[in-house]
Amino acid sequence: MSSTTIDLAAAIRAHTVQMVHRVNASHVGGGLSMADLLAVLYGGALRVRPDDPGWPGRDRFILSKGHACAALYATLALRGFFPVEELNEFGQNGSRLMTHVSHKVPGVEFSTGSLGHGLPFGCGKALAAKRRGASTRVFVMLSDGELDEGSNWEAILFAPHHRLDNLVAIVDYNKIQSMGSVEEVLELAPLAAKFQAFRWAVREVDGHDHKAVLEALGGIPWMTGSPSCLIAHTVKGKGVDFMENNLLWHYKSPDAAQCAEALGQLNSRV
Amino acid sequence: MRTAFLNELIAQARSRPEIFLVVGDLGFSVVEPFVREFPDRFLNAGVAEQNMTGVAAGLASEGYHVFTYSIANFPTLRCLEQIRNDVAYHRLPVTVVSVGAGFAYGNLGYSHHAVQDIGILRALPEMAVFSPADPGETRECVGWLAENPGSSYLRLGKAGEPDLHGTRGLTRGPLLVFQGQSDCALVATGSILREALEAARRLECDGISVSVFSCPWLQPITGDFLRPLARFRLLMVLEEHLAAGGLASLLREHLSKGPEIISLAPSPDVLNQVGTQEYLRRKAGIDAGAVAEAVRRITRCSNS
Repeated sequence: MSSTTIDLAAAIRAHTVQMVHRVNASHVGGGLSMADLLAVLYGGALRVRPDDPGWPGRDRFILSKGHACAALYATLALRGFFPVEELNEFGQNGSRLMTHVSHKVPGVEFSTGSLGHGLPFGCGKALAAKRRGASTRVFVMLSDGELDEGSNWEAILFAPHHRLDNLVAIVDYNKIQSMGSVEEVLELAPLAAKFQAFRWAVREVDGHDHKAVLEALGGIPWMTGSPSCLIAHTVKGKGVDFMENNLLWHYKSPDAAQCAEALGQLNSRV
Repeated sequence: MRTAFLNELIAQARSRPEIFLVVGDLGFSVVEPFVREFPDRFLNAGVAEQNMTGVAAGLASEGYHVFTYSIANFPTLRCLEQIRNDVAYHRLPVTVVSVGAGFAYGNLGYSHHAVQDIGILRALPEMAVFSPADPGETRECVGWLAENPGSSYLRLGKAGEPDLHGTRGLTRGPLLVFQGQSDCALVATGSILREALEAARRLECDGISVSVFSCPWLQPITGDFLRPLARFRLLMVLEEHLAAGGLASLLREHLSKGPEIISLAPSPDVLNQVGTQEYLRRKAGIDAGAVAEAVRRITRCSNS
């Protein structure tokens, strides 16, 4: 599987760069940082059926960092939820592929864009499964910057109290937020200790190590009765050297030359 | 009204397994009968309204019709963006219920005065908005909501209000609850209807006859729903809510031709005051005496 998910991640990155370039969109860095996580999730870790997006037995995946949705749309298209050609319409007038994630797109559970909404919603879905005795699992992808939002901490307090061990929070911890590093803007460290203090089962991985991510996601729940938090240490802009760890690429969109350079580096098979 | 709400919710929940009640750590000595009968469909989310509303949206997305319950501005303004984005935009069946409309918690101060909620919730086009006047109207609203699950807001008074009229059957738009003889009417929403009815009775003694309408159904609404009001020359609108976005504002939006509309809404100055609901209604000029006096003055002017 690992080589397959590595190919998938490369294709996600290539599409993401081209999509944002085409419409001069922002947030390429946060898309690239979570590309490996998405590849592992949609490359096998999640129970989903691309030809039946509403299949009741599916795992629910919620992208709370909705601004990075180009990478999710690319993932869903590459996995067959909708045609890959539609990615060309990303951000265009009248397209359903708006530049913050939209539930009108097949495979997307929930629209976000304002931060701090995904985890409470995920708690509700996980609670519904518990109340009905369903085996549904709920995965919520969070950015590090959005952990500034108090609503997340309400949910982080809520989930262990209600023993939502079918809930998994994945933090794309790329250490850069909108106007600076997380350390400069509003430090999260020690993040693992914070989640642990709130009674979550916590693991930290290199978010670009497919084997490690897959292994972690394979054994949910890590602790019966506890929600799981996977802190994925990532690099913003991962895969394109001039974007890596560079705040500029939270906003900036690659021009034609930069896009070509990025695609060359990504050595895509697209 | 809150007891009528809860009893009707219990009655509905018996035949509707999708009904789920979520409270924001409020409702002590109110919600217990529901909890006893439906422990699997109850949740106390704690003092965390943003999460409560997000959780409600998540539950609703999995097939529940969720009622979130708290008081004053907590289940509405504190989590407005969750209502807007998570509930309304996704058109999920979540009914936001707030107890303590207007000055019901008057002596608890400004934080507990719910006098902007209609305007704010009405600005979300996907939300149905209901503001019943008494226990009877409350039961009708809950029955309709249970039968038509959707994104919605139910604005309730407090406990112990009397039934104000016997008109039954929730209609879209205003409900005639007191038949007068003139071409003037008082139009009210919420428990302030009591003051409107009392004012109309006092005016009858003075030989001034006005009709009284109750408006529990505020949204969705069209000019058609308001047809019963179109035949009047003058509508005087009474609400325990500031003028911006309230009932008079709604009527002006939809009755561009037709009756003259005069708002009796309280001035924002009253928000600096503290006291019982009765005291604040008097201070705000929306008690029966002030309403009757306003009607005398207005009808005198408009007749001369």
